[in-house]
Amino acid sequence: MLAYIIRRLIGAVILLFVVSLVTFAIFFLVPRIAGASVDDLASRYVGKTADATTTHAMAEKLGFTDPLWEQYGRFVKAIFAGADYSTGPTTVHCPAPCFGYSFITQNPVWPDLVDRMGVTISLAIGASILWLFFGVATGVVSALRRGTVFDRAAMGVALAGVSLPIFFTGLLSLTIFSYGLGWTAPGGSYVNFGDNPIRWAGALILPWITLAFLNAAGYARLTRATMLETMNEDFIRTARAKGLSEGNVVVKHGLRAVLTPILTIFGLDLGILLGGAVLTESTYSLPGIGKYAVDAIVNNDLPKVLGVTLVGAFFIIVANLIVDLLYAVVDPRVRYS
Amino acid sequence: MKKQRMVTMVAAGAATIMALSACGGGTNTSNNSNNGGGANNVAAPNAAIGKIFNPSDKKGGTLRMANSGDWDSLDPADTYYAYSWNFIRLYGRSLMMFASAPGPDGAKLVPDLAEAKGEHSDDLKTWTYKIKKNVKFEDGTVVTSKDVKYAVERSLDKDSFPNGPTYFNEFLDLQGYTSPYKDTDPDKLGLKAIDTPDDNTIVFHLVKPFSGFDYFAQMPSTMPVPRAKDTGTEYKKKVISTGPYKFESNELGKNFTLVRNENWDPSTDPNRKALPDKITVALNVNADDIDNRLQSGDLDVDVVGSGVQPAAQAKILADPQLKNNSDNPLAARLWYTNINGDVAPLNNIECRKAIQYAADKTGYQRAYGGNTGGEIATHLLPPVIPGSEKYDPFPSKDNAGDVDKAKEALGKCGQPNGFETNISYRAERPKEKAVAESLQQSLGRVGIKLNIKSYPVADYAKLYAGKPDFAKSNSLGLMVFGWAADWPDGFGFLKEITDSRTIKPAGNTNFSIKDPGVDAKIDAAMSAKDDASRQKAWVDVDKAAMDTAYALPGVVAKGLYYRPKTLTNVFITDGFSEYDYLALGVAQ
Amino acid sequence: MAGDVAVPSRKPDQAFLDVRDLRVHFPTDDGLVKSVDGLTFALERGKTLGIVGESGSGKSVTSLSIMGLHKRGTAQISGQIMLDGEDLVAATPERVRELRGKRMAMIFQDPLTAMHPFYTVGQQIIEAYRVHHKVSKQVARKHAIEMLDRVGIPQPDRRVDDYPHQFSGGMRQRAMIAMALSCDPELLIADEPTTALDVTVQAQILDLIVDLQKDFNSAVIIITHDLGVVAELADDIMVMYAGRSVEYGTAHEIFSAPQHPYTWGLLGSMPRLDRERTERLLPIPGTPPSLINVPDGCPFNPRCAFKDLNGDLSTTERPEFREISPRHFIACHLSTEERQRLWTTEIKPKL
Repeated sequence: MLAYIIRRLIGAVILLFVVSLVTFAIFFLVPRIAGASVDDLASRYVGKTADATTTHAMAEKLGFTDPLWEQYGRFVKAIFAGADYSTGPTTVHCPAPCFGYSFITQNPVWPDLVDRMGVTISLAIGASILWLFFGVATGVVSALRRGTVFDRAAMGVALAGVSLPIFFTGLLSLTIFSYGLGWTAPGGSYVNFGDNPIRWAGALILPWITLAFLNAAGYARLTRATMLETMNEDFIRTARAKGLSEGNVVVKHGLRAVLTPILTIFGLDLGILLGGAVLTESTYSLPGIGKYAVDAIVNNDLPKVLGVTLVGAFFIIVANLIVDLLYAVVDPRVRYS
Repeated sequence: MKKQRMVTMVAAGAATIMALSACGGGTNTSNNSNNGGGANNVAAPNAAIGKIFNPSDKKGGTLRMANSGDWDSLDPADTYYAYSWNFIRLYGRSLMMFASAPGPDGAKLVPDLAEAKGEHSDDLKTWTYKIKKNVKFEDGTVVTSKDVKYAVERSLDKDSFPNGPTYFNEFLDLQGYTSPYKDTDPDKLGLKAIDTPDDNTIVFHLVKPFSGFDYFAQMPSTMPVPRAKDTGTEYKKKVISTGPYKFESNELGKNFTLVRNENWDPSTDPNRKALPDKITVALNVNADDIDNRLQSGDLDVDVVGSGVQPAAQAKILADPQLKNNSDNPLAARLWYTNINGDVAPLNNIECRKAIQYAADKTGYQRAYGGNTGGEIATHLLPPVIPGSEKYDPFPSKDNAGDVDKAKEALGKCGQPNGFETNISYRAERPKEKAVAESLQQSLGRVGIKLNIKSYPVADYAKLYAGKPDFAKSNSLGLMVFGWAADWPDGFGFLKEITDSRTIKPAGNTNFSIKDPGVDAKIDAAMSAKDDASRQKAWVDVDKAAMDTAYALPGVVAKGLYYRPKTLTNVFITDGFSEYDYLALGVAQ
Repeated sequence: MAGDVAVPSRKPDQAFLDVRDLRVHFPTDDGLVKSVDGLTFALERGKTLGIVGESGSGKSVTSLSIMGLHKRGTAQISGQIMLDGEDLVAATPERVRELRGKRMAMIFQDPLTAMHPFYTVGQQIIEAYRVHHKVSKQVARKHAIEMLDRVGIPQPDRRVDDYPHQFSGGMRQRAMIAMALSCDPELLIADEPTTALDVTVQAQILDLIVDLQKDFNSAVIIITHDLGVVAELADDIMVMYAGRSVEYGTAHEIFSAPQHPYTWGLLGSMPRLDRERTERLLPIPGTPPSLINVPDGCPFNPRCAFKDLNGDLSTTERPEFREISPRHFIACHLSTEERQRLWTTEIKPKL
């Protein structure tokens, strides 16, 4: 088991390395193949009236004039050893792990990422608990009451949940609950949990519910389908034949078996979400990783793009690893060596 | 049965969405003219254009602003957005400034840190300003001419401050000086282009004559920065204020709060009312959410100042009540199409004229959302720029194009059956795509066949349309584009898109206008000494550029602004073509 | 009550399980599926009844009805199922649940799918025991180990913590039996208990059931499509066809003097190891009838080689289930003489 984890972690590091390399290549090689010079690349980071000299100076400042492998080496070195950056009058040290300074805002990327990770994690954890609970509960009840009014209504709502885009449900919910009724905080009022837990929750409650609504729908449908299948399994009949109460049959035997596929999807969903819930964060103006990623990509801001890409990849890899390890816990037939 | 229900539900959802974005009819055109004084507090469309809506002198309250994105920088040396220049006057004082006044008065320069407008030498190469005494930084230190000089010096460093304008880099007599951070002079006196004979005098030496230097002096780069407090690229985190407000908190990328600066002395500052006690700005807020909050009263100002989003626009236009709380002013922004003389047969002026005549401007206007989106343009200089004169060298009935004249021009060009060329637009901009399609149709009437090409907006000027080699080899005969003035003045608007001598191998803003006659007119305008003759000279540039037929003007942009009831003292200033942030107060 | 219906049984008065006129119908979109349609039999403790028939003859539905495992709302059940004098059809689901596992237990066909893959064998036996006995987990665990020992699992104290997938097929079925017997049930229903097992293991499992039945003195129903399975261990055999009983008798009678053409068919299609095979196996021609549209008259008539011997009686009138000799019942229109003649001259020589 330990050997397995170590092997997977080494694989994860290699994967992150490859991800960063590919991001680097996309950023530098693709424009070059399209015929862009080093100065053309740098021209994205100068003002609209910059002349050739200014542009070239910027290319040198950003290190574009160095060979690619050297630039990449600098990037890797900064992560492990930190780097120094000039602010003009002085030089500041960016301690490891240093993901460089934004080409656009000239802020160090890592503190921004850490700061925004807090928001995204808050959003993801809260929403995932909600959707896991309500999605699975709805799915179970729907499966057990298949064909009833509840089932049809729940699946109808679930369809709506999957179909309605979050920028629609999000803005609608803000209009109703924040501006109409005044029950919840308006968009963009996020504070850190440590600063004020109540305002933190207040700012997140709508995003949690909206995001949970979107995802719960999928989980309800998945749970319902899997549950319907499971409840026809022989071992469910065995459980009933033992004289177990129906509640025990459903929860201890039915739900237990349904957990495996749900866990798989959940791990992936959570991993992707932790890499940035772009639409939710944009709709509710939450300063999370997703919003950061969009800004980074729109502005061609390489250090930021690399940062969010690696963070996103890291979360997906870790989520997958945890899911795989949890498999062994959930399903005794799975063993790693 | 089940299927049917699902379909119904989806249909109901779609209907809701459509209702929310339903197109409303009814538009309203207006010029940004001054309609005179008198109490003005009855909500009506355009009530804050050319006059002050809900005038007030009442101080207090918190002005809540939001930005759907983020500033390029809060550092006065590193910012170039119009709204930023409008807003920065709250925490900084430059030598000159645009008057805080409605309509055309807002496009007039008044002294701010300076006691009066600049005094120039006869050759227009030396400009001298006297600085007001007793203007203080937020820490109580008195502002001297050296602080202004230092501010300009550091703004020259484009490594550290890439976003800011480069006018000083181009016009000051730098003699190789690049940056105070790289100044090898032991006393940091390497820059000879600016003298400070005493603490209240600052003298600028230019490399070439320039009559509009007062406009340079209103740029944020002349807002004083104390050398001791300069932290270079980090300065934007803690800008030292000279204006009525200073930073209380500043979380980059998230929000910041301005509070009253106790060391701001109103007696030195006749231009700023400073009504609110506090100004909060939230950054990276969802744009549609901003519009909703403006309407619900949870927000006072959309600080970006480009108007509401399409969804809100449709809603406002459809609802007379909401429409009464909206303004639809003209901006100093022109949407136009370049006609590329490098691509045959457009090297022949008659072929260019054929395009000018054949184009249906009403289609161009529809592409930008009809009357609410802009007014049809027949020349380059937008009407909100002082001195702008109406000029229409290629007239047609109802601006729908003159097919006969176009065919006549084609005949003169030797292409009686028309010709084929390409038209490019910025891929991410559906309105520009609509322009390309509209032109494809209207030019098709005279046999000019257009093939539509699109390129990414980020590299449009740097790698594609703005790179002459590329444009020529790819036969981009027409290139859809748009341009906004750095400030409302002929130089600020026309120089960058009409001067052929500034054309670079790549990254241009002037894609097409290459004419020595126009260049000569620009030189004349740069040396015209008084306001009236300068304005006239830039109108000449406008007309000369139009006569070359290198640029097909489309529409002068208009924005639809929502005016929340929570605001007092609201008006659109022609200085920035948005609400004047210096004047705003909060209803209490 | 017992007087007006002929109840096939050894000693009807002492029957532990007494099923009367059981009907289990499933309404579907295509029509009413009459899976069991008027079934009557009885069974006393210590005895074994084999129920034999092809797939879809209603054997499993019958056993699930007794156990009360049909979903409420999907099945229409009528008639009586008397378990030690208590009518299970009329009882509340909660009452049937209390009896389930405790007084009546069931062993299923495939022990791999019938056990929960995520719980250890021990956990599943413990659970079965603790449903009906308020004891601590330790006590229940001890009991589980005893039960595993009893069904012949080596090192039961260690194997108790294994998961089903770690057991072999035969071991799993032993564990299933241990689980079923953990509460000492008076009625044990084994539904195809050996079908999914290796041939070599089948006999061991059957022996185990016989042994345990002696120890527990329970009534056992063995459901199978394979007459060979019940040949050795059943006291009585009931042959089912299309939801009804077509022949009932002692195992000896059924094998030595079967009276119903369908039973003949079953015997003909049964491979026998105890003697030289003279001919190919003789499968019953045709397929079992639809339970929605059961043929008029004798439901077996479309497949019966002898239906013409009765004029048109076989296709028009349903044969009565009647006692033809003491404790031997059949439902067939053929006369006694005809049956004797056919059995001795045509059927027996071919078997």
